[in-house]
Amino acid sequence: MAVISRGFIGRGGETDPDLPAGQYLTADFPVLSAGPTPHIDTADWQFSIRTDSDTLHTWNWDELHALSIEDIDTDIHCVTRWSKLGTSWRGVSLDTLFATVKTTDEYVMAHSYGGYTTNVPLADLLGGQAWIALEFDGNKLDPEHGGPARLLIPHLYFWKSAKWIHGLEMQSQDKPGFWEQNGYNMFGDPWLEQRYW
Amino acid sequence: MTGTNEARDGRIGNWKVGVVTSIRRESASGRSITIDVPGWGGNIAGQHTDVRLTAQNGYTAVRSYSVASAGVGDRIELAVDRLPSGEVSPYLVDTLREGDELELRGPLGGWFVWTPEQSESVQLIGGGSGIVPLMAMIRSHEASGSTTPFRLLYSVRTPLDAFFRAELESPTANLEVTWIFTRRAPSGCSRPAGRITAADLEAHGFPAALSPTVFVCGPTGFVETVATALVALGHEPNRVKTERFGGA
Repeated sequence: MAVISRGFIGRGGETDPDLPAGQYLTADFPVLSAGPTPHIDTADWQFSIRTDSDTLHTWNWDELHALSIEDIDTDIHCVTRWSKLGTSWRGVSLDTLFATVKTTDEYVMAHSYGGYTTNVPLADLLGGQAWIALEFDGNKLDPEHGGPARLLIPHLYFWKSAKWIHGLEMQSQDKPGFWEQNGYNMFGDPWLEQRYW
Repeated sequence: MTGTNEARDGRIGNWKVGVVTSIRRESASGRSITIDVPGWGGNIAGQHTDVRLTAQNGYTAVRSYSVASAGVGDRIELAVDRLPSGEVSPYLVDTLREGDELELRGPLGGWFVWTPEQSESVQLIGGGSGIVPLMAMIRSHEASGSTTPFRLLYSVRTPLDAFFRAELESPTANLEVTWIFTRRAPSGCSRPAGRITAADLEAHGFPAALSPTVFVCGPTGFVETVATALVALGHEPNRVKTERFGGA
């Protein structure tokens, strides 16, 4: 039985069905990252997928832009409890990038410029669920929001949408990434409130 | 996978019911709140806790707050600044009274933390209520008898906006405190009021050559400015730990 907080009313009102439990709506776009923001020149930028056979598939900035770029309208949910509904992004689907990749591994470690990592099952990157995002709200991505390119996996808590994405490494087992070693859940489904260990 | 995760959630535990034992005014908009939380079991300096409020009609709101205290035991201190458009912080600052119950879950977080076993120099840089987790580190440093050198740069609008002012105005031997006033500096202060700059970091911070661990906490703009300047001054990015207060 919950403790009633004497005199607390809150914003109250109807619960938005698009808002997972324990989240609140924000119109801002808060920034959360564990260290300094890396500043990456797109002339030097590279994205790669490393498979179990030690094969490296790489794309530079121009090669990525030569692929089909999709419009993505989605809600995003941060484990620190803010959610933002109806956000607009543009990016390349991971389905497009994995089209030429052969792998039997079921897990992925995402690696970012600056050293950040996060783990995701491959199944959650495919089937129109994940993108390399290049634009937010009609503008190129700010460095503090993960520019020039970030992973976008909106059906998981937003720490899985690694900023400053540099590459994906296939792995046979699910290993914890950065926040997953520092107190956060291995999977991170906002609808199941999988926040912490 | 869900089953495993539910089992792991048990490590943080269920919501615990705390009782507010005292509330102290830190500034016009800031309060430190001491709470007895049976079952808390202690925390590392820099960790945070979820706080849950429940209205009569069952509506709940949860936010995370840094813990200003560290160490063993079930008594913790939070320090909260009222955000004008906030939902939980105005309640904690204006409505909460001694003797009230509060639900908490934690301690949380394993990255922005300091333990007394760490022997390298530590540079703390706080903006506004970003001082809170850094205060836990200062207290843990003092309580443990650690002789590791600590330096704090604390940026506040005016002297009246400082949290933990008395404690920070008479620091211990191994702590050096530099105040940065952004709107109004007290008379006798040689530095004119203004936002923190690379020159402040260079003049008062540990040099990069010493490889200190740096903890930066505050509003997003403050943290971005400071962290970028630190990297430009030669600090290894992976030795600069940041925590940004972005939400409402």
